[in-house]
Amino acid sequence: MPTIKFVEHNGTEHTVEVPEGTSAMQAAVNAGVPGIDGDCGGICACATCHVYVDEAWTAKTGGRGEQEESMLTFSPILEPSSRLCCQIQASRDLDGLVLRLPVGQH
Amino acid sequence: MQANAIDPAGRVVLVGAGHAAGTAAALLRQYGWTGPITLLGAEARAPYQRPPLSKALLLGKLQPEELLLKPLDFYAQKQVGLRTGCRVLAIERAARHVQLAGGETVPYDHLVLATGARLRPLVVPGSDLAGVLSLRTVDDALALRGRMREGLRVAVVGGGYIGLEAAASARQLGAEVRVIEREPRLMARVASGELSEFVAGYARSRGVQVELGATVSAFGGEDGRLRSVQLADGRTFDCDLALVGIGVVAEQQLAQDAGLPCEDGVLVDEQAATSDPHVSAIGDCTRRPVALVGAAMRLESVHNAVEQAKQVAARLCGRPQPAAEAPWTWSDQFDLRLQVAGFVAPEDEAVLRGDPASGRFAIFRVSPQGVLRAVEAVNAPLDFAFARMAIGQRLRTPPARLRDPAVPLKEVAVA
Repeated sequence: MPTIKFVEHNGTEHTVEVPEGTSAMQAAVNAGVPGIDGDCGGICACATCHVYVDEAWTAKTGGRGEQEESMLTFSPILEPSSRLCCQIQASRDLDGLVLRLPVGQH
Repeated sequence: MQANAIDPAGRVVLVGAGHAAGTAAALLRQYGWTGPITLLGAEARAPYQRPPLSKALLLGKLQPEELLLKPLDFYAQKQVGLRTGCRVLAIERAARHVQLAGGETVPYDHLVLATGARLRPLVVPGSDLAGVLSLRTVDDALALRGRMREGLRVAVVGGGYIGLEAAASARQLGAEVRVIEREPRLMARVASGELSEFVAGYARSRGVQVELGATVSAFGGEDGRLRSVQLADGRTFDCDLALVGIGVVAEQQLAQDAGLPCEDGVLVDEQAATSDPHVSAIGDCTRRPVALVGAAMRLESVHNAVEQAKQVAARLCGRPQPAAEAPWTWSDQFDLRLQVAGFVAPEDEAVLRGDPASGRFAIFRVSPQGVLRAVEAVNAPLDFAFARMAIGQRLRTPPARLRDPAVPLKEVAVA
């Protein structure tokens, strides 16, 4: 099963096994990873699953979708590597994916 | 330890196991609460999200297990006691315990009321006929889903978010749907007139019949089964199923019986505290201060449940309170995503950005002082994201700049 490593702002790491097709947000919420909220349940309506894709993985994860881009545009913590992780699905291609978390989602 | 500090090894009991309670329990552990945490839920299910009940679950795109807020083994792993199918009969504040049906008492050092809301009943002749349904729980949604079929004649009583979402889902499943709304417009409680009109037009374009200013006077039946819905104006429509969605009332009986101040909601402050230092309340059951409007309101949204869960967990664990945010919610109806932030006040100017005919637009609400106070965005996530940020920061957004598509949203606000 692919794994995703979430790295909190303070450096704490959480490596989680994620079934293929499950979103990184859902995996984080299920595992109780602090710093990912996912208030809207993963339908790209709230922007509380904001992560920074580790630079080694940005090519493989690809770019933001249109709705995702809109929801992120006005975030005060926006970075080029920002993604809403409800839009990133676990897969074998992304086995070992590293996602860094902001200080807070709001 | 100070006299009024809260001992993190104490016993927290949450009455309720819905979105607010489930979130609060998880946050308490995350924020360092070490003492026992117990969820007492009346429903026979672990905490789950309700928004998909009228949408993805009703459409058959999701199963109930996929709605859980946390996987079932989360609770044991984090040593959170989860007791479902467990009804609390009374709160004994002096003794600091709650009484369950059957006589058992559960002691607490801190109690969190998260009893949610219950459906407002439609009390008319025939409302107990088989086929008159409502929608609050997973079981309600599964019952509805089980009955859906091509050509089913469905009367939806109530044109608020839930009624409209369920109507859209039923229509997508091939049902013949009629929405019956008492007020002169849809979503009257929450939406501006402009949005109401757009939503009604869109629903009709998708084949939903919409009756406005229409009151149900009775349901007609035969052999105990629903056959028709009758309006106060004398019209009658045949139907096979009726879904009543006329709102909810705060589930405040326990609090009231225990002598806690309530007023269409358990009264709490900006940290979800009640008048009793050992009792907090969160979610749909509360009436809380909303800084943005300078008044207390009862908010029915996931955002509110989560925000108040954070407030109570932060307070109990001695962490900073979450930053105040503009309340917001969303509703998906057919291909429309409505995203709403802030509140529509009658004195605010409605400012349209975009063209409703295109299906993508936003109605902003600007105060007489020029401050952005609310947005209703339709398939316009950028407008929604901008407004949520600007409302929270109380930015001044000149209407002329808001309505001008040549002015990018990033440049709309002025000092």
